[in-house]
Amino acid sequence: MIKADNLTKFYGSKRALGPVSFEIGDGQAIGFLGLNGAGKTTALRILACDLRPSGGNVRIDKVDALASPHEVRKLVGFLPEQTPVYQDMLVRDFLVFAGRIRGMTPDRLTKRLAEVLETTNLTHMAWEPVRTLSHGYRQRVGVAQAIIHDPKFVILDEPTRGLDPVQIVDMRGLVKSLKQKHTVMISSHILTEIAETCDRALVLGDGEIIGQVSLTAEMREEGKIDLMVESEAGVPTSAIAEKLQNVAGVKELAGSSSATIHRFELRCTGDVRRQIDEAITEGGWKLYRLDRRTDLENIFLGMVEGGTRERN
Amino acid sequence: MSATSTILRRELSSYFRSWTAYIVAAVALLVAGVIFQGVALGAGQRLSGQVLEQYFWTMSGVVQILALAMSFWVIAMERYENTIVLLNTSPVRDLDVVLGKFISLVIFLAFVLALSFYLPLLIQINGKITYSQMFVGYFGLLLLGSASLAIGLFASAMSPAHLGAAGILIAGVVAMVINGVMVLLFPLAKSMDPPLKTVFQELDLWHVHFQQGFMQGIFNLKDMVYYVAVIYFFLLLATKTMELKRWR
Repeated sequence: MIKADNLTKFYGSKRALGPVSFEIGDGQAIGFLGLNGAGKTTALRILACDLRPSGGNVRIDKVDALASPHEVRKLVGFLPEQTPVYQDMLVRDFLVFAGRIRGMTPDRLTKRLAEVLETTNLTHMAWEPVRTLSHGYRQRVGVAQAIIHDPKFVILDEPTRGLDPVQIVDMRGLVKSLKQKHTVMISSHILTEIAETCDRALVLGDGEIIGQVSLTAEMREEGKIDLMVESEAGVPTSAIAEKLQNVAGVKELAGSSSATIHRFELRCTGDVRRQIDEAITEGGWKLYRLDRRTDLENIFLGMVEGGTRERN
Repeated sequence: MSATSTILRRELSSYFRSWTAYIVAAVALLVAGVIFQGVALGAGQRLSGQVLEQYFWTMSGVVQILALAMSFWVIAMERYENTIVLLNTSPVRDLDVVLGKFISLVIFLAFVLALSFYLPLLIQINGKITYSQMFVGYFGLLLLGSASLAIGLFASAMSPAHLGAAGILIAGVVAMVINGVMVLLFPLAKSMDPPLKTVFQELDLWHVHFQQGFMQGIFNLKDMVYYVAVIYFFLLLATKTMELKRWR
């Protein structure tokens, strides 16, 4: 379990974080979500004992990080934003090095290395020099070094940064597999990254926690659609509404119109944008505008905007 | 396996795997050979012992430059490439990092020096040298080089991370300035009065302890103690600097 009390971090007189307090239970996957400069990286670097907090306290698995940083470092695996890999080493040699500096015995390391290479899908790359790997594979090597010593806590700072869409999907899969054995903490400014992989999100804004959200399947699926439909003059809004009501997934609907433009607010389950488009085309009308936001996005934007308003 | 030996092995394998290290060693040997030919062998008839002294004088300059070139970037580069985070978030002491890097540099320097053994042996063709002078001279070169390595490591530890590649350059300049000042203490002492004169002379890196001792084949325990003290001092400074920069 991780318990942070009134953590603060100042660079000179500039406050980068805090005061923030939070608890993270064992086996959870927690997302640190926020805009750029919100304090996510600072918070994670403090938890990884890379940065010393200016104030407050952190206990990781009941160990006081300020009093015994080396003990905490044994419990934590950390992948920073810029992957820390030695370009001149072979993947296998690099992971052996990462294990040895964490105090692993040769026997334990040999067993663990095979497991980690398999988990991170790097077995076929084990004898390749790190410098020849693509960005996606380097990120995997970065994750592998973070878990080589089988830490209880794994901290990943923006693990999908710079990856292409296919690599992002792969990395999400890897992170999900880590959840089975480790308590995972991930930072991102991309909501879907956190929503796809985490159980709970801590939303940060301007160095403070501005909200916490438990991420349920409903939140990821349910949402609101703002819709504008164009028709010829004289078409009643109720006719279009009736057609939209028949689209599977549409739960609630409210409409209004001005001349040839009809506005609707729909509550929907799942992504029904294509079906709505088809229904409108079938009716002989034109789709003028469609905006979809999941409940999660609405909550996140509400928190960020609310936080900004409060600070202003 | 201790963290020091783990880091030592990584560094050594990195030097011997990279072309840069071989190029640096080759250039150092080439420069030493050319200067040896010009200054020592090609400067008229002299006693073999004097030629060997001249050789060690030449090599001592080359070794200092080589040692600084090998060491000033090693920690600065870790900061530049962010691999320092791996060390900083692992349960290793900064002393282990500094010692591992220093010992690997000394081994590489000893390797380069071993490759140059053939140069003094060339004197044997037309003259006669004592092997004790040769070995004492080489031991002195290794000590002098190790002192410069420690200075370079300290400068590297001081490199500012936020300046990127410029931080590495600054480390190089700082290393050369510190080494340069320590070499200039002896000439500076000439214009001073005792006891300051004696203090400056004895702290000099090159003239008193190498040129008036090891270079001439004279082994003085105080010269060895001096170099060990310089190495200890700068490695301690490097370790403390690393500690100050880590986890703050």
